[in-house]
Amino acid sequence: MTGTLLKIEGLTKAYPGVVANDTVSFAIAEGEVHALLGENGAGKSTLVKMIYGLVKPDSGTMTLRGAPYTPSEPRAARAAGVAMVFQHFSLFEALNVAENIALGMENPPKMRDLAARITAVSHDYGLPLDPHRLVGDLSAGERQRVEIIRCLLQSPRLLIMDEPTSVLTPQEVDILFQTLNKLRAEGVSILYISHKLEEIRTLCDSATILRLGKNVGTCVPRETSARDMAEMMVGSALHVPERAHGDTGEVLLEVSGLTNAAPSEFGTALKDISFTVRAGEVLGIGGVAGNGQDELLAALSGETRGAAETVKLKGEAVGRLGPDARRIKGLLCAPEERLGHAAAPDMSLTENALLTGARREGLVSGGFLKWGAARRFAEKVIEAFDVRTPGPDNAARSLSGGNLQKFVIGREVLQRPEILVVNQPTWGVDASAAAAIRQALLDLAAKGAAVICISQDLDELMEISDRFGALNEGRLTPLRPAQGLTVEDIGLMMGGAQDMEVAHV
Amino acid sequence: MDLSAINPFLLLCAILVSATPLLFAAVGELVVEKSGVLNLGVEGMMITGAICGFAISVNTGSPWMGLLAAAGGGAVLSLLFALLTQVAMANQVASGLSLTLFGLGLSALIGQGYQGIKPPEFPTFGVVVAEATAERAALVARLDILVFAAIALTAAVWAFLKYSRAGLILRAVGESHDAAHALGYKVVRIRVLAILFGGACAGLGGAYISLIRVPQWTEGMTAGIGWIALALVVFANWKPWRALLGAWLFGGVNVLQLNLQAAGVDIPAEYLGMAPYVITIIALVIMSSDRSGAPASIGRPFHASS
Repeated sequence: MTGTLLKIEGLTKAYPGVVANDTVSFAIAEGEVHALLGENGAGKSTLVKMIYGLVKPDSGTMTLRGAPYTPSEPRAARAAGVAMVFQHFSLFEALNVAENIALGMENPPKMRDLAARITAVSHDYGLPLDPHRLVGDLSAGERQRVEIIRCLLQSPRLLIMDEPTSVLTPQEVDILFQTLNKLRAEGVSILYISHKLEEIRTLCDSATILRLGKNVGTCVPRETSARDMAEMMVGSALHVPERAHGDTGEVLLEVSGLTNAAPSEFGTALKDISFTVRAGEVLGIGGVAGNGQDELLAALSGETRGAAETVKLKGEAVGRLGPDARRIKGLLCAPEERLGHAAAPDMSLTENALLTGARREGLVSGGFLKWGAARRFAEKVIEAFDVRTPGPDNAARSLSGGNLQKFVIGREVLQRPEILVVNQPTWGVDASAAAAIRQALLDLAAKGAAVICISQDLDELMEISDRFGALNEGRLTPLRPAQGLTVEDIGLMMGGAQDMEVAHV
Repeated sequence: MDLSAINPFLLLCAILVSATPLLFAAVGELVVEKSGVLNLGVEGMMITGAICGFAISVNTGSPWMGLLAAAGGGAVLSLLFALLTQVAMANQVASGLSLTLFGLGLSALIGQGYQGIKPPEFPTFGVVVAEATAERAALVARLDILVFAAIALTAAVWAFLKYSRAGLILRAVGESHDAAHALGYKVVRIRVLAILFGGACAGLGGAYISLIRVPQWTEGMTAGIGWIALALVVFANWKPWRALLGAWLFGGVNVLQLNLQAAGVDIPAEYLGMAPYVITIIALVIMSSDRSGAPASIGRPFHASS
């Protein structure tokens, strides 16, 4: 660690109604892995967008190696040696790996030379990639490699990574960390954003913590406990979900021999999935994204229908019934995609509450909507789940991701489901909100409901599930009791990192 | 009926001529759609190009000026579409439909007073198909430079999309505008340029009808070719060479049915007249089983802040 690479002083950015960054200052040394911590909406994304030239600061200065640094666009940032791996991948599914990488470079070489360089660099850093594969056919981990290789080919001085591990298996995380350590040894600085505090403790040299757009402190992650860091982010003591171990009851949901063809070109087919869930039990289903999670949820919710006997609700065959009929019988679902699947983005929260709650909450009568009751239901969800919004008349799109997630989960939980299926219930949600959502799921199970939690967050699954299984290429592994499972066990159940190379052939 | 009166080589030349306006419009629209924009105003831009080209050609006496004006006219009309959809964020389907209606009305207005006039002749070259014999005069097929220009344009667009960096960026914008924006590409600027190119091509296609193929001005003379061009792009799976095949098929059936009518086949003329449209659509539907070429962001509005 020789000198300071990037120095940020008094950076401020305000949007109408909210100050995203308020006089933020910190510095990144050369060859340092610097963590940026904060809850959702703390201003991390805005800050890195300013460093990458996507957003212009209102005031404040940035200095890169002693020279003023004011990138007007990402091109200028890349030219100055700043590269970024995005949280939501900035990849093009219908183009191949080499084309995707060429798009992120200033002066790409000829396609043939580029392909050779991609192969060479990707092997040097332990991230093998075939330059001619279509990105649409790659797993999430491989897609991230594409982004990383795209950055590495430009020999960056500063690499910004926004939540890079949220979609990876434990083994892939190990590989990524080896790569990052190698980069650090070469003198590259890394600005690392993550919600996973244990990762930050193993990887990062220093950390800056943002709360409500302000820099509220720095720490050395190795010498600080995860709990202390979380409390610095939240600004108050953190509530850890508690579970009351009740007895499990009768079998509420039985799935047997569920086989469905892939719904689309880039989808996954479900292959002979069988399991049962009992009352009072939380079943955790892990797996790397794109191994059948969305398809499984769709098959359980009734969006895709199959043979009647494949899904049984308290002994009754419901495989042919649609979502509404299953809802009436007590099977509720909260899908992963918040905008567009779980909620209609441009409709108000009241209308969104109506969309799934109409039957069970009696919000319609004789084909007419009961607006008063719908509004009261939406208000109940907002209050019970601490959804931060001016009121139920606001459009779903206007809520931050974490707040909308609380609303979507709360809406189903408050309908007193007998079986609740959730997919990625805390994706992109900050620590305190995630804890609240997990607590709600545990409380629901304690009251005698069966909960199926599909998630890629292993810590979350270990925290709440009684039994655990993993989806791999549309197949479900045998279920095992969650207690006593190690991270390695789970990684192997998920298919590990090596298998992924051959998984798509 | 006398099918022996149909000479195969003459027929081929006629097919090339008949396919040219459709090919111009389709290749232009293909580029627009590859950038992620759906412009349903092709018919309107074609007819506007047809009258702009015709009027300027008549007034200046130069068919070349006419072609230039046709491309310009189509591009100006498409600029209106670009302003509505890319700047004012209007709905692309509604804007495109109204562009067609607007173009049809505007061309009728400009075209008043141009009916029944003959435009200056466009330079063509004759290809002698059969020498004169004792019974009849020599058969001469007339071709023109634009027939080959349209084919060259198809090749150029194919190479541009497949091999050039600018073409890669254009496809990327059509595939995911959010990702392209995150990488720092100017989504709106690229789309506006693509829309202008599409407008100019449609205008040229229209002028080919009014200046060369017919050649005179009648209201609504593009007769739905703009709509066929739109269908052609989709069914050709956004691939230029397939669009060329589709255009030739349409031109072929069109010429064939005209020849059959002339030969006095005992089928009502209305059925023969609709044959090119029906057969082209059916053939293209069969051809288009895979949709791998479809731009994922087509028709979706882009706003930088979202």
